[in-house]
Amino acid sequence: MSMTHFLPNLVRRERASRKAMLLAPPLALAAAILLNLALYVLMGRDPAAVVHAMLLEPFLSWSSFSEVLLKTGPLLLIAQGLAIGFRAKVFNIGAEGQFILGAIFASAIPIWFPQATGGWIWPSMLLLGAIGGALWAGITAFWRVRLNANEILVSLMLSLVAAQLLYYLLLGPWKDPNGFNFPQSVMFQYDAMVPTLFAGTRVNVSLLIAIVLSLAAWVFMQKSFMGYKLQVGGLAPRAAGYAGFSEGRAIWLSLLIGGFAAGLAGAAEVAGPLGQLQRSISTGYGYSAIIVAYLGGLHPIGIVVSALVMAAISIGGDNAMVSANLPIAAVRVFQGSLLLAYLVAVAFVRYRLEWPHTTARSQS
Amino acid sequence: MNAVEFILAGMLAAATPFLLAALGELVVERAGVLNLGVEGLMAFGAVIAFIIVYHGGGHFIAFIAAGVCGALLSLVFALIALGFRANQVATGLAIGILGQGLSALFGKSYESLTVKGLPKIGIPGLSDLPVIGGLFTQDIVVWLSLLATLAIWATFAFTKTGLIIRAVGENPKAANAIGYPVIAVRVAAVAFGGMMAGLAGAYASVVYTPLWADGMIAGRGWIAIALVVFGTWLTGRVFLGACLFGAVSLMSLAAQTTGLDVPSQLLSSLPYIVTIIVLGIISADRRLLKLNGVASLGEPFER
Repeated sequence: MSMTHFLPNLVRRERASRKAMLLAPPLALAAAILLNLALYVLMGRDPAAVVHAMLLEPFLSWSSFSEVLLKTGPLLLIAQGLAIGFRAKVFNIGAEGQFILGAIFASAIPIWFPQATGGWIWPSMLLLGAIGGALWAGITAFWRVRLNANEILVSLMLSLVAAQLLYYLLLGPWKDPNGFNFPQSVMFQYDAMVPTLFAGTRVNVSLLIAIVLSLAAWVFMQKSFMGYKLQVGGLAPRAAGYAGFSEGRAIWLSLLIGGFAAGLAGAAEVAGPLGQLQRSISTGYGYSAIIVAYLGGLHPIGIVVSALVMAAISIGGDNAMVSANLPIAAVRVFQGSLLLAYLVAVAFVRYRLEWPHTTARSQS
Repeated sequence: MNAVEFILAGMLAAATPFLLAALGELVVERAGVLNLGVEGLMAFGAVIAFIIVYHGGGHFIAFIAAGVCGALLSLVFALIALGFRANQVATGLAIGILGQGLSALFGKSYESLTVKGLPKIGIPGLSDLPVIGGLFTQDIVVWLSLLATLAIWATFAFTKTGLIIRAVGENPKAANAIGYPVIAVRVAAVAFGGMMAGLAGAYASVVYTPLWADGMIAGRGWIAIALVVFGTWLTGRVFLGACLFGAVSLMSLAAQTTGLDVPSQLLSSLPYIVTIIVLGIISADRRLLKLNGVASLGEPFER
């Protein structure tokens, strides 16, 4: 016990600090940037060049900012879906697999009907993709509700299976016969592509859908009774049980919403910037979105901001790979440290530090 | 060598990465902490060990360094999840992402390079037996892992240390009231788990498949976490589970080499599918989980 006398104590605040809640994300971002810059210096890179490439370049031209917007779409969609589950304490971490299944389901239309034309094609692809993602997440929900299995492990394992399923399709039945044996499908026809929003960029309608669904998520979580029940279930499961809110239904709903959103994002990726099903359809969107959801405070509005920030970092990382010779893995290191920094910062929403023997120096 | 001999001979080596990581996570969870960062801790240990062996540092130093680095990274988890009482699920995921990122960063210039593994040591007499002889011809790390399994079993079964760890996991308030330092015990358990995950990663990258490839841990850290559930938090059953997964991953290898007419992707995903199925079967017995589960798992401790 004597050892702990030198360490500050975490003391629970009487009420949650709003100031700490708003300050946590920017402070965490600043801390993560400083930590990672130190790492790049250790690696012998020029920190000024990295800062320029990673943090400024994405905003310096319309063409690179449009790429940020393009990347914001899937992150925003997936994170909104995940956050609803996380608030209900349903930890779906298999969005990556649900994204892949969404891409596969959506691709079925142009691959099976390559000659089809008409304005119905891309909306049907998005819908089918969302259904695919929801079905894949449904397996996890069934395992959790009926078999009592841990949803974290099941959803993650299903992501690994989904990746293998994708490779199977691309190396086997769905491989482009004229594709020089590359693991990719045929290019989709024009009508299978989601319309772009701004001429000369790749930003497409799916960003609008993501924003509309963000508003829907806000209404659902803040205004609807169903959203309220979900949150009570997460905060006080026993109270929710007494009030007659079914835990099973909350799990089904959380996972199906999460899978639907991730599947939609996967569909929009193949029907958008990619235009075909390929091996690298996701650059870890499903995992990045977990960080986006937490960094946005699991709040629909906060997530809009954090999705934009994470997309910018990801585009910035691509820039830094070229101009500052930084390996792309640096983005993963950055994301991991950002979430850790955020988790520390957010502790101060509910706690304050109290130093032993010096009440005057207690800070928040 | 027929398929049975092949699986018997290779099962323990294939099981070792699962076993070491799962034994570590078992101790962590027994103390009431859920560390989901095992995959990243293994990847980190794997790359550290590989770099050391590649530059001629030898396997012994490589394993020590991988264990130390795994423990250090898991102490970051301990600081945030236990010190700042952050959500353990989120903290574990973040450590996993960070560990995988660091391993990719450090391993970038070693991609696809290979090193030499370790020689096999046979038990005289037993290793010459027909069919099962291969089972008794293993490298030194496998033999030590079996000893570690015994030691952890004995710690929980017979020692006061084991009792304290279990008390801290079952009822931290009561453990604290009778004077056990709950947080210190949990930090130590987390560091031990990190060390074991680092060793597991080292075994994967410098002994079992002595080469470096980004993402080579391939979900084995997650399966190790699942193994703790399969084993219902009991050392002996965790060991059996690890052997099962060693056999499954070998079977998918054996089936691929015999040219069985099954897509290789299906065989590669066999361990994941088996995990999902077994997890469903074991978890469906709610009474079993409740009986052996750790009461305060994943919950922060506040006096």
